[in-house]
Amino acid sequence: MSTAFSAGIRTALAGQAPVLEVEELSVRFTRRGEAGTQAVDGVSFSVAPGETIGLVGESGCGKSVTSLAVMGLLPGRGVQVGGSVRLDGQELVGAGDRTLRKLRGADMAMVFQDPLSSLNPTVTIGVQVTEVLRQHRGMNGKEATEEAADLLDRVGIPDPRRRLGEYPHQLSGGMRQRALIAMSLACSPRLLIADEPTTALDVTIQAQILELLRELVQGSGTALVMITHDLGVVAGLCDRVHVMYAGKIIETAERRDLFARPRHPYTGGLLASVPRLDTPRGTALTPIRGSARDAIPWAQGCAFAPRCDSGQDDCLTEVAGTTVPLEDDGPGRELRCRHPLATAPVAGSPTTSGADR
Amino acid sequence: MTAALGHRREKIDALAARAGQVPADGGGVSLTKSAFRRLRRDPVAIIGAVIVVVFLLVAAFAPLLAPRDPLEQALLSQVRQGSIPGAQDGFPLGVDQLGRDVLSRLIYGSRQSLMIGVISTVLGAVVGMALGVLAGAFGGWADTLVMRFVDILLSIPGLLMAISISVLLGQNQYALMIAIAVTQVPVFARLLRGSMLAQRDSDYALATKALGVKRSRIVFTHVLPNSLSPVIVQGTLSLATAIIEAAALSFLGLGDPDISRPEWGAMLASAQAVLSFRPQLAIYPALCIIVVALGFTLLGESLREALDPKFRR
Ligand SMILES: Nc1ncnc2c1ncn2[C@@H]1O[C@H](COP(=O)(O)OP(=O)(O)OP(=O)(O)O)[C@@H](O)[C@H]1O
Ligand SMILES: [Mg+2]
Repeated sequence: MSTAFSAGIRTALAGQAPVLEVEELSVRFTRRGEAGTQAVDGVSFSVAPGETIGLVGESGCGKSVTSLAVMGLLPGRGVQVGGSVRLDGQELVGAGDRTLRKLRGADMAMVFQDPLSSLNPTVTIGVQVTEVLRQHRGMNGKEATEEAADLLDRVGIPDPRRRLGEYPHQLSGGMRQRALIAMSLACSPRLLIADEPTTALDVTIQAQILELLRELVQGSGTALVMITHDLGVVAGLCDRVHVMYAGKIIETAERRDLFARPRHPYTGGLLASVPRLDTPRGTALTPIRGSARDAIPWAQGCAFAPRCDSGQDDCLTEVAGTTVPLEDDGPGRELRCRHPLATAPVAGSPTTSGADR
Repeated sequence: MTAALGHRREKIDALAARAGQVPADGGGVSLTKSAFRRLRRDPVAIIGAVIVVVFLLVAAFAPLLAPRDPLEQALLSQVRQGSIPGAQDGFPLGVDQLGRDVLSRLIYGSRQSLMIGVISTVLGAVVGMALGVLAGAFGGWADTLVMRFVDILLSIPGLLMAISISVLLGQNQYALMIAIAVTQVPVFARLLRGSMLAQRDSDYALATKALGVKRSRIVFTHVLPNSLSPVIVQGTLSLATAIIEAAALSFLGLGDPDISRPEWGAMLASAQAVLSFRPQLAIYPALCIIVVALGFTLLGESLREALDPKFRR
């Protein structure tokens, strides 16, 4: 696994031990009497302090399951988790409930997609923010309230003291997500996983939330794993990008390299299906053929082969003998493809999101 | 019996699952508020509420409202074999076979029905909810154990069980309340458990877990309060059942041994002897039982609709 970073801004981080190391993580949902589904299939990546990585892919490719597996939040029954997840060197796969609970919220935290349903509707914001402070920082009463107001203030919620007494439905969508970010950052965690944190918000709010995340993470050296299917988010925020397809990572690259020179036909397809400002008006967007349901099992070859324009016979295991491996592909890049794109179909980065700059 | 059990279980579980849905446009306070707003516009709810409120007022102010002492055998001298005096001055509904004013006895009888109904429902709800929390919060073998027990209770028809318990505990009011309470336990237990399981899978429960909050706190601060709305609805409906069961048990002679105390079920029972020539003595208490039970049922059903996110506008 290559962890060498190519660009200059990363050299400062390159020497530091990674906050999170995920190795060959696999998650299989089993049902009695059924074969089960392999939601995550041998995924490896690592995040250094202060670094932001992106996990990108279509719906159902296993992004959320990966993040839940890292946090130890998958249900106890009906799930097999394999491989290794290390937070600051501590193994989390197979760790006890108590160990994980102490780490969650304190050393690793997560922000979810839907801020409304992620907040308890019957309890005030104040109660929900202070409960993290009580749990992990031993604060109580007035002290916890002060700190909670301070946290809300830091994530840009105006009039925080009044907001503490309000219920989730009294806040706007953006403010709810800010409150949730405040909770997850209350203990300055080493790792923050954001699972499509802006999908449920409108575009201007999206940009603000991304900007907020960027500021908070840059200021504290927190490692950020950004899960998204929005390449605009990736362009605005991520240092490195891992593209996932059907439970496996198929391409890894620095953000600029990825946008300038996508190698995997799937990545190329993702980029080509995003509207851009620098192409002439009227240029048709080219969506990827088919849907994620067309994926074949990796054991039979490249899962993307049925939808791929550059696919050839040896993409299938029967012909090639082995499934497509993830291999080094230049400095800081990895690729799982036998017939990669040679030239860049697009240049620069897409401009769908206000966060892009 | 098993088919009936399956049916009852399904009904309870469907209720519990429906309560698990968090409405898209907010919940909590706004949910209660909008539920209340809809209740006020719902004629069925208003009828139910009026009946319930009148019943409560009558029970509370019985001594002020009753024209006479319900125990006074005022017209005993006029009672003959085969004829009982009907309505007349000072006795708007006539008297019973012991010459006591029927209206006053009906008014005082409401107290008995209310007391037995409320106490047995509260008792049944408390025990049932404790079992439900046990099952819903811990899952695993605690859940299996509790639910097996509840299923056994549920498979015995309510009145049959109440009669058996009443007979077992002897003839007094407390036995009556306990008997009715026991019949209420399984419904509350299963309902709360189902609704807690639905809430445990909710996004906010996961988000709270992701913050490292203790499981006991997640259960009691987050999951439980969000699971209560079907229980409140069931409580209202259970009051109706409890009042009917109380009347039925005392009709069967399993109620208060002090037969002079006014009670609707007992009045109904004693009216049997004179049914041929004075059926009103049976009709009045029966009407009271029906109307009050109807009131609680109407209120409960419209409360359920008002709290159901599917019916929200
Ligand atoms: N509890 C579960 N039981 C069985 N299968 C599951 C479960 N949760 C997820 N899966 C399966 O795992 C796969 C990956 O799901 P996941 O939620 O990680 O997708 P995702 O990449 O996050 O998609 P989205 O962009 O829609 O959030 C899906 O095919 C899904 O069917
Ligand atoms: Mg997801």
